[in-house]
Amino acid sequence: MKTRILAAGFGLLSLAATSAWADILVAIAGPMTGQYASAGDQIRKGAELAVADINAKGGVLGQKLKLEIGDDACDPKQAVSVANTMVNKKIAFMHGHWCSSSTIPASEVYNEAQIVMATVSTNPQVTERGLKNIFRIMGRDDQQGVVAGNYLVDHFKGKKIAVVDDKSAYGKGLADEIAKAMEARGVKPALRESITAGEKDYSGLVSKLKSAGIEVLAFGGYHTEVALILRQAQQAGLKLTVMGGDTMTNSELVTAAGPMADNVLFTFAPDPRKNPAAAAVVKKFRDAKVEPEGYVMYAYAAMQLFAEAAQKAKSTKYKDLEKALREGSFDTVIGKLSFDAKGDNKLPGFMVYQWKGGQYDYVK
Amino acid sequence: MALALQQLINGLTLGAVYGLIAIGYTMVYGIIGMINFAHGDIYMVSAFIAITGFTLLAALGVSSVPLGLVLVLLLAVAFTSVYGWTVERVAYRPLRGSTRLAPLISAIGMSIFLQNMVQLTQGARVKPIPPVLVGGIDLLTIDGFTVRLAYSQLLIVFVTLALMGGFTWLITRTSFGRQQRSCEQDRTMTALLGIDVDRTISLTFMLGAALAAVAGVMVTVYYGVVDFFIGFVAGIKAFTAAVLGGIGSLPGAMLGGLLIGLIEAFWAAYLSAEYKDVATFSILILALMFRPSGLLGRPEVEKV
Repeated sequence: MKTRILAAGFGLLSLAATSAWADILVAIAGPMTGQYASAGDQIRKGAELAVADINAKGGVLGQKLKLEIGDDACDPKQAVSVANTMVNKKIAFMHGHWCSSSTIPASEVYNEAQIVMATVSTNPQVTERGLKNIFRIMGRDDQQGVVAGNYLVDHFKGKKIAVVDDKSAYGKGLADEIAKAMEARGVKPALRESITAGEKDYSGLVSKLKSAGIEVLAFGGYHTEVALILRQAQQAGLKLTVMGGDTMTNSELVTAAGPMADNVLFTFAPDPRKNPAAAAVVKKFRDAKVEPEGYVMYAYAAMQLFAEAAQKAKSTKYKDLEKALREGSFDTVIGKLSFDAKGDNKLPGFMVYQWKGGQYDYVK
Repeated sequence: MALALQQLINGLTLGAVYGLIAIGYTMVYGIIGMINFAHGDIYMVSAFIAITGFTLLAALGVSSVPLGLVLVLLLAVAFTSVYGWTVERVAYRPLRGSTRLAPLISAIGMSIFLQNMVQLTQGARVKPIPPVLVGGIDLLTIDGFTVRLAYSQLLIVFVTLALMGGFTWLITRTSFGRQQRSCEQDRTMTALLGIDVDRTISLTFMLGAALAAVAGVMVTVYYGVVDFFIGFVAGIKAFTAAVLGGIGSLPGAMLGGLLIGLIEAFWAAYLSAEYKDVATFSILILALMFRPSGLLGRPEVEKV
């Protein structure tokens, strides 16, 4: 009898011991549902493989990583509640959110709870609010807009260019920057418009572009709207070249716009798939039947960033992590990451790409 | 001038689609006095059935466009009516006779359920089909602007006109129409006269769903892109159309749909696409201030 109680006691003790050595929780958050769910899917696939790879190599500081997934559906209100849930789960690191309009309010919550985050949101405001916990592993809209604006001025001389956005924080930010960059070179957009994202009918916009004789459309917004605008332009007999931002990397654009997608130019960070150091990871993704397009490699890199920073800091505490991230430089699948005082990374910003037959590549 | 003509065409097409969906809202409201919030999602389901139908026909080698359209229409109407019937049977009939709010909440639940079901089974990605009806007629050119009437727009307007005609006949001339109208007026009395009220209500839901199915197929042909979220925006717009026209009134729903389509088209072209929805809803508010029961709605008179 006595031995049995003792055994039970030991059992309890060992249980307590395992829970004290719990896994390190890392989290991703983004639109897992809703109209931008395909981007959330990319983030999830990238982060899952990264966590599996890191754990296979022995984890971080001898502990395993465990991935938590938050769904904000790109809704700022839902993003804040996801952030609170994550804070309650005591995560050590957040990769997210995806939409700038979600990242901005959610980051306040993480900042208060002292959790470091790495995001791919491109709105300048993400890092312009003096928050110390936020690190951006992608370029900023103002860099993106300058690249796009200069390209338009250089390559479409004498053609009428319209600048249109979808009223989202991301889309409007990008479109404003493109217009500003064009005006700085002495070219005024022939038309400045906004549309409502999530609708299906853009025939009003298309007619307006057609009657104004627009040939090039600079668009701040997401690929779903671009696909619809292109199809409706074709129906109306309007030939249109579109210049978009990083969201145009989504191959959904090609399925939705068909051959019209070949008229889409866009700016995006240098393609991580072309990084020779990332070849092994790219192969791993393709073996798992995941094309590492768009945000897949960024999510992978974010997890690598956390793992390396924690190893360097020898801790997962906020103060140590934040210091390590601010001072160190980290080898990831998207290149060597290091951050400035605001939390923006120092990698070269953006390239101009073009879709061609279902693939995108640097524009020739 | 050319732009105005083009926008008239675009607006009428868009309005026809809104109108078709709005009839479903208005009919259900007329007969059981509830807003069927799942109706927009029924329309979304039908668009998915249409996509599946077109893909299937392409795989089977049916290349004739008119034949393909008719087959897909029949398929979508059949399946979507079953959806309409099931939604009523599962979510609303058990709640008949309870408070007014209960079926309303149930409808919102049904809407969320349908959206998520389609998202999980069909994926969150946008589903496109290659253009079914390509080309159009160039009507006239003024100052370098060519007014173009796409074949798909022609199709939408014609199908809507034909359906409206058939529908008016069904409601005003047939025995089902009479039963339906009498259920609207007084359900208890109708039951006393030996009419199966539940059956009539079920049929009304199926009819509404069938019209939404036609709208779904038309939209698939017109825009070629469908995702699980399209029911939301279209549902809100169609609901607005029903309220603007006078909820409970069938011609009102169609009129409301056309008005909203035209307001959107002209506002987007001449003022700003940005404030399109603001304009639509401002006009709704104004209309309701002066005609609280909608343009063609009759105020409910309380008999003492």
